[in-house]
Amino acid sequence: MTTNVPPAASAAERAYADEHAKLLPELVAHLREHRTELREEWSTRITAAHLLAAMTPQEVTSETISVYDNYVEVLETGSVQALQRYAQDLSERIIPRGVETHEVVGIVLLLRDVLARSLFKKYQQDFGLLNRVLDAYEPAANRIANTVAVSFVDERERVIRQQQDAIRELSTPVLQVRERLLILPIIGVLDNQRASQLTEQLLHGIRTHRAKVVVIDITGVADVDEPVANHLVRTVDASRLMGASVIITGLSSEIAQTLVMIGVDLSKMNTIGDLQGGIEEAERLLGFKVTKSEEN
Amino acid sequence: MLVSILRQGDFLIASIHTALDDSELLRFQHDVVAHIGEHRSRGVIIDVAALDVLDSFGCRSLRDLAQIARLRGATTAIVGIQPDVAFAIVQLGMDVDLHTALDLEEGLRLLEHLTTGQRGGRSTLGVLGDMP
Repeated sequence: MTTNVPPAASAAERAYADEHAKLLPELVAHLREHRTELREEWSTRITAAHLLAAMTPQEVTSETISVYDNYVEVLETGSVQALQRYAQDLSERIIPRGVETHEVVGIVLLLRDVLARSLFKKYQQDFGLLNRVLDAYEPAANRIANTVAVSFVDERERVIRQQQDAIRELSTPVLQVRERLLILPIIGVLDNQRASQLTEQLLHGIRTHRAKVVVIDITGVADVDEPVANHLVRTVDASRLMGASVIITGLSSEIAQTLVMIGVDLSKMNTIGDLQGGIEEAERLLGFKVTKSEEN
Repeated sequence: MLVSILRQGDFLIASIHTALDDSELLRFQHDVVAHIGEHRSRGVIIDVAALDVLDSFGCRSLRDLAQIARLRGATTAIVGIQPDVAFAIVQLGMDVDLHTALDLEEGLRLLEHLTTGQRGGRSTLGVLGDMP
């Protein structure tokens, strides 16, 4: 970061940059020299602020050593790549332990403050020099804080995306229970995206299984809003166009009330109280007769 | 060959093999109705399995065809609607009150069921919804 001075820079700027280039190594040497005491000071402040409570003191110690060394290295080289890798790796380890974003950002900012304080102390005699040292230190320190925070948030988002994918995969099973009879148990929140995914899977399921009757069980759905209700009605219509009739079961009283209140046209919908009743009705439509065997 | 209209006992099987434009659709409609009169058919199956898209005009033509066929005494079943087409039709809010079945086999069975007990090939069922 000290080398990219444009060629057209004035003499004063160049002199300033030269000094800048000299100051950083000095700064790094200072931080290396006082490594142990500064790191301990930092650890104390982390504990005082009740950060990283989910980790044991030993873990905090070893992580603070690594973070400190990485920090100084970034100041020295100006390259955040190694730090980025480390921060990502750290995030992977600590996110499952329940460490929050504010804690991670908090500890990095604390380290920045601890180091800045030590610089104040060292250069307190010469205010002009202190100013220039801080000029060199602050951008680098902010960049480090930024990098760590972004790495942490990226990692979190990656985990969230992964979980969303997992939910999407699991969320809409289309199961054949008898010849030409499918059931679709829906559990959880039905949002727009899930509803359209459900429709797609159902319609393709009807074709592959040559289904004649489909039972959609929404016992596990807590609430349905108007767009989703309308989507359900359209799904039922589309299934009918493909030659399958749909039975909806497990409408909770809340959902039933909502549907009536928002005025969804349910006249064409075949609804039955529970899944058992739905399957029995479907069997009747298909001409199955289930009888208990005599021996039992 | 864009379409084929075949006779199968008392039923007609009309298949659309490729996407039709508006005038071709009207011609198809006309041909089917003419065949119903000629063969005194009790039922018509329209197979649209080859269609990946069905626009609002196509949809309306099919509905009109079904209504015309009913006036001529035949019940109509549309078979082989693709999943995406099915959802597009309801998405567009086209109120299609038609008999539908998964495929040709199912369609034949459905027509058998719908037209049993009728004589002379004259439909008495209220097959379609109210005429607009």
